[in-house]
Amino acid sequence: MRKIWDLIGGVHPPENKHQSVQQSIGTLPLPEKLVIPLNQHIGAPPKVLVNEGDYVLKGQALAEPNGMVSVGVHAPTSGTITGISDYPIPHPSGMSARCITLIPDRLDQWIDHSGVADYLSYSPAKLLEMIREAGIAGLGGAGFPSAVKLSARKPISTLIINGTECEPYITADDMLMREHPAEIVEGIKILAYLLGNPEEILIGIEDNKPEAYEALQPLLAGSNIELVEFPTRYPSGGEKQLIQILTGKEVPSGGLPADIGIVCQNVGTTHAIQRAICHGEPLISRVTTVTGRACTINRNYQILIGTPISHLLKHNGYDHNHCARLIMGGPMMGFTLTDTDIPVIKTTNCILAPSTEELPAPPPAQPCIRCGLCAEACPASLLPQQLFWYAQSQNYERLEAHNLFDCIECGACSYVCPSSIPLVQYYRAAKGDIRRQNQEKIKSDRARARFEFQQARKEKEEAEKVAKREARKLAAEKARALAAEQPGSAPGPDDIVKAAMARAAQQKASPEEQRARLERGVARAESHLQTVEHRLQTAQQEDSEQHLEQAKAAVEDARLRLEDARRKLAELGTVQDSAASNVMARIQASPGEAQEKKIASLKERIALTQQKIAEADDEGLKTALQSGLDKQLAKLQEAEQQLTETPAAAESPAPAATVDAAAAAIARAQARAASMSNMSEEDKLRESIISLEGRIEKAKAKLDEAKASESEHVDALQTGLDRLQQKLLSEREKCTAFAGQAQAPCAPQQPSTAESAVEPQPQDAASAAIARAQARASELANMSEQDKLQETVSSLQSRLKKARVKLRDAEAEGSEHVDVLRTAAEKLQTKLAAAEQQLAEYQS
Amino acid sequence: MALMKLTSPHAHAAQNTAAVMRLVLLATLPGLLALTAFFGWGSLINILIAGTVAVGLEALVMNLRSRPVMFYLSDYSALVTAVLLGLSLPPLAPWWVVVIGTGFAILIAKHLYGGLGYNPFNPAMVGYVVLLISFPVQMTAWPAPLLLYPEGVATPGFWESLQVVFPLLSPDNVDAVTAATPLDTFKHNSGLLVAQLYEKDPLFSRASLAGLGWEWVNLGFLAGGCFLLVRRVFTWHAPVAMLTSLALCAALFYDSGSSASHGSPLMHLLSGGTMLGAFFIITDPVTSATSNRGRLVYGALIGILIFIIRSWGSYPDAVAFSVLLMNFAAPLIDNYTLPRTYGHQKPRRATEKKE
Amino acid sequence: MYELMIQHPLVAALVALVGLALVFGAVLGFAAIKFHVEGDPIVDQIDKLLPQTQCGQCGYPGCRPYAQAIANGDAINKCPPGGQPTINALAALLDVEAPTLDEEHGVESDVKKVAYIREDECIGCTKCIQACPVDAILGAAKQMHTVIVSECTGCDLCVEPCPVDCIDMVPVPQGIAEWKWDMPAPTAEQLKALRASDIIATDRGERAA
Repeated sequence: MRKIWDLIGGVHPPENKHQSVQQSIGTLPLPEKLVIPLNQHIGAPPKVLVNEGDYVLKGQALAEPNGMVSVGVHAPTSGTITGISDYPIPHPSGMSARCITLIPDRLDQWIDHSGVADYLSYSPAKLLEMIREAGIAGLGGAGFPSAVKLSARKPISTLIINGTECEPYITADDMLMREHPAEIVEGIKILAYLLGNPEEILIGIEDNKPEAYEALQPLLAGSNIELVEFPTRYPSGGEKQLIQILTGKEVPSGGLPADIGIVCQNVGTTHAIQRAICHGEPLISRVTTVTGRACTINRNYQILIGTPISHLLKHNGYDHNHCARLIMGGPMMGFTLTDTDIPVIKTTNCILAPSTEELPAPPPAQPCIRCGLCAEACPASLLPQQLFWYAQSQNYERLEAHNLFDCIECGACSYVCPSSIPLVQYYRAAKGDIRRQNQEKIKSDRARARFEFQQARKEKEEAEKVAKREARKLAAEKARALAAEQPGSAPGPDDIVKAAMARAAQQKASPEEQRARLERGVARAESHLQTVEHRLQTAQQEDSEQHLEQAKAAVEDARLRLEDARRKLAELGTVQDSAASNVMARIQASPGEAQEKKIASLKERIALTQQKIAEADDEGLKTALQSGLDKQLAKLQEAEQQLTETPAAAESPAPAATVDAAAAAIARAQARAASMSNMSEEDKLRESIISLEGRIEKAKAKLDEAKASESEHVDALQTGLDRLQQKLLSEREKCTAFAGQAQAPCAPQQPSTAESAVEPQPQDAASAAIARAQARASELANMSEQDKLQETVSSLQSRLKKARVKLRDAEAEGSEHVDVLRTAAEKLQTKLAAAEQQLAEYQS
Repeated sequence: MALMKLTSPHAHAAQNTAAVMRLVLLATLPGLLALTAFFGWGSLINILIAGTVAVGLEALVMNLRSRPVMFYLSDYSALVTAVLLGLSLPPLAPWWVVVIGTGFAILIAKHLYGGLGYNPFNPAMVGYVVLLISFPVQMTAWPAPLLLYPEGVATPGFWESLQVVFPLLSPDNVDAVTAATPLDTFKHNSGLLVAQLYEKDPLFSRASLAGLGWEWVNLGFLAGGCFLLVRRVFTWHAPVAMLTSLALCAALFYDSGSSASHGSPLMHLLSGGTMLGAFFIITDPVTSATSNRGRLVYGALIGILIFIIRSWGSYPDAVAFSVLLMNFAAPLIDNYTLPRTYGHQKPRRATEKKE
Repeated sequence: MYELMIQHPLVAALVALVGLALVFGAVLGFAAIKFHVEGDPIVDQIDKLLPQTQCGQCGYPGCRPYAQAIANGDAINKCPPGGQPTINALAALLDVEAPTLDEEHGVESDVKKVAYIREDECIGCTKCIQACPVDAILGAAKQMHTVIVSECTGCDLCVEPCPVDCIDMVPVPQGIAEWKWDMPAPTAEQLKALRASDIIATDRGERAA
């Protein structure tokens, strides 16, 4: 005989089991509908596999496990899915959860299923998968997924089958053991195989079930399964308590039985596992006790999961007038139902409908006198009276110190309490509060971390801003200090050189790209032209006045753009074509020759333009070409002038080679740098005048165009032009005023002392440009006032020439701006005279 | 019928607080009988006065606190307090002594702290100590056992006893005959060996175990206590610990019966309020330690304190003081005597923070 | 030496006192170093008890500043999100009487709330993002914003800055997973209910009243 340990505490409530064991396990007719809650277990709800309106067969999976700790549900019979919606489920809260509603077709047609003839030939993993797919969760009450419980990671030395059923009234396991002992024993053998054949296999059974004992005992002969009977006392059927009674070991607080090498399974679960493995049947029904004096029939039934409780009660003579509470589970740990339509689920072992006399309403609670009867009854050796005390005062710290979370909520303390205090409710509420508080603590910790992170980030951003501001301030101060040290050379010559170098390099680097870009531009312009021409045609067909106008303008515009693009491409072509020969030429060519070449090319282009003008029939195009021609002419003149100056310049060690595009860029840079370094207010004005002139010219062209096409924008353009001219006039006035005031700088004469160190490197355009820029920079640095004056004079001369050309043109056209232009030319002449005079003064 | 939403368990054992209290009252009967038999009607009169006052005051307080009066009276807790106080007061004490003691016990010791279940001190003992300090003359005038009444003096009947308790009833001021208790005798013993004392003093010479009358009173309470133990009203821990420690102390200081002896263990166990204290006072669950281990400590310390005060203090009996002192200590004891919970390696402390 | 002591008691006393001072000073100094307790500074402890909504209803820009203020002697009843439990916890920590919540700073709400942005009305102004103390709002300029519900503390600081009023504070849904048993009604209330229903038939005086 095996040693049996004592259960600590415990109570002896009236058993009331005899009522429901008089008849064998029965069956009930199919209900009108079945409501199958998705979540009938501990863990994640399963994933629904069916849709509303689907026809399903008995045993077909309705939902599959979603995650590790999850089990699916199966159709308890064949029929149609009529809804997947929220429905009241068996839960102490009486709340609703997602359920699948099934209307049976009463054919009860099974889906194809088959069991395993010899489970030993399958791997435990495969069998576990079958158990998982059969949707088996613990049938004892908690509903923990069986496959998870059986796949213990620790070695298992003891398998305990729980046939205790210590709660009063419930006889479902008792009847199952009486009627299906062979299947249970086979199920135990499967479990043993799954767990790697533990050394000990025990069936725990209370001594109030002699019939079940007798039924099982003969089947165990020759096996290593031991049937252990022990005295009846509530709550010996609790997993932890049963382990203590049978082995003397205690499951560590917060741990699992597997931690001490024990796995505990309910007989009902064992039976379900046997059905799943040997017959391939998923868990779609279970044995449930229907009892209580409010029912005339007290009996156990094999009930389909999802059967509404009202259906059970109807067939058992339920008298609702004598029943104040309907309990799912037993009288010690069951929970009350407030709705009879709630379905039976996998963990429903009993429906208890007691009469009001049988289980009267609890009397009002009296004060706790700390009599200690609860502590005597507690199977976990807690001090329920202290827990109650602290739960009332919400002293959660003390509650945890008194091991509240080791309470199994068996209800023994409330059962014996002479003051009828609902102790268990206090503990449940306190546990809920503590859990909630812990969650809030976690949340508030995270909120704090996020808040602090945000603060830190903002501080960092602020600090960076401050640092930047400081750096800028420092740099500005430094620059000021530098400027103060080197007066008169605001942008250092080095800077100019560098800028020029960069620009030269850029230009040098991409002639091919440039070409490609221009070609693309031409193509684009062509296609655009085609489009607008097409539009013009359409407009003509449609005979729409306004559209026609617009289309024409657009076509004109497009054509101009195309011209422009082509011209640019041609220019680039000229530049590039000439580049190679230029390079060769430049090696020996004197600057004079280069200039001559340039002049020749310009002349060529002028001729081309003139020819174009002659060809052009359109007024707008003509104007545009004319302006282009003007520019070319100006350039030609400049080039010629330069040519005349070249002999002098050629003697200087840094000869000019202006043909190259890069060199041109450098020249521009030089000019700008020079003008920038010396730019007086007057020069600035001049600059702005020049730009204004350009703008006026453009505006004029536009205006003419508009006039030609009789556009509605004529007036607006005219106004714009007038304004520009006005501005130009005022600028010019300012300029002349300045010129009058201009004083001759009194710096000592410093002849140009160009350095001979820099040799020209004409092979490379870029390096040539660099060399030139450097030379020019050094020149600039040493440039005397006289030189500057000379420059001014020459620039004025060229401008005067330009102005005269313009004036001539204007006179030819009979333009209204003749007067203005004439004034400007006169002013320029005056200025030139003044400058020449200054220069003369200097030289003298 | 509408279905109720209730928490489990749905079944309850029949025993309730009132039943527990009734059992306690029942268990005092043997002791009360012995008191009446050996010391006259005094104790019964005490109990009647105290009970009436207690129930009246309880009803008054409940009314003032606008609580259902009958609901609270039906738990018998006030009556138990009154009976315990009445049993511990000297028989034939003046009525006002009893009234003041009961009033103090119910009003101050019990209800000012929140009523039943919230009082840190045993109400009956608070009432007793207040009286002992305030009216030492009345409180130490213990009547002589009826058997030891001097020749020619009639033992008082019920009416005479009432006259003693209510002096207004008696035109000629009836006085009770008082005598030293065994504990008094030992306290004031000087020069006599224990054996000589037992021979000389009729209180001992005519007794069979410890002291005339007293031994039977204590045996009566012991019997009642055993009854309660059997009925599982309380656990054995505190009474056994207290009696054991008291007996051990007495044995240790018995000094083989010399003139400096503080009395034999048997004398200590069966005199004064020892048994009443052991089974009816220190088992008051409200004010004692909560766990069984705690109750062992609590009882043992009370036993030691009783002996110390009896032997070296200025009061001949010490149950009330010892109980009150240990009531103070009960929360501290609780803190260190939590039981080992299932699944834990060792017991924790009540003030322990998270693991 | 001894003679000197005898003859000059003043010197003796001085020597003795200085000697004692040295010895005890050494002992105390040793103890201070050896048994130094690296306890949480009080501000940290207070901060741990505050609900960390960072709502600023207390008048400080966040929970930690309020914790600092409490440590410097400010009232402990200015935190509506924490409510009475927080006040009680603070009172226990600081060993003072627990006052009731100062209504001036708001009322305690039983229902936990989170911000919800009506997304089709959001114009993407980022004002709420800047207001959120815990970075629980996701979005960019001209883009729709949304609240990360799990990070929202329900401080409602984002509601006011919204120019189109598209932020609501909605109660956190309480599902079956969040459900828990309530504490039983206090005995007194239970009795009052019973008295009203005359269950205690013997209580005549009460019934008459």
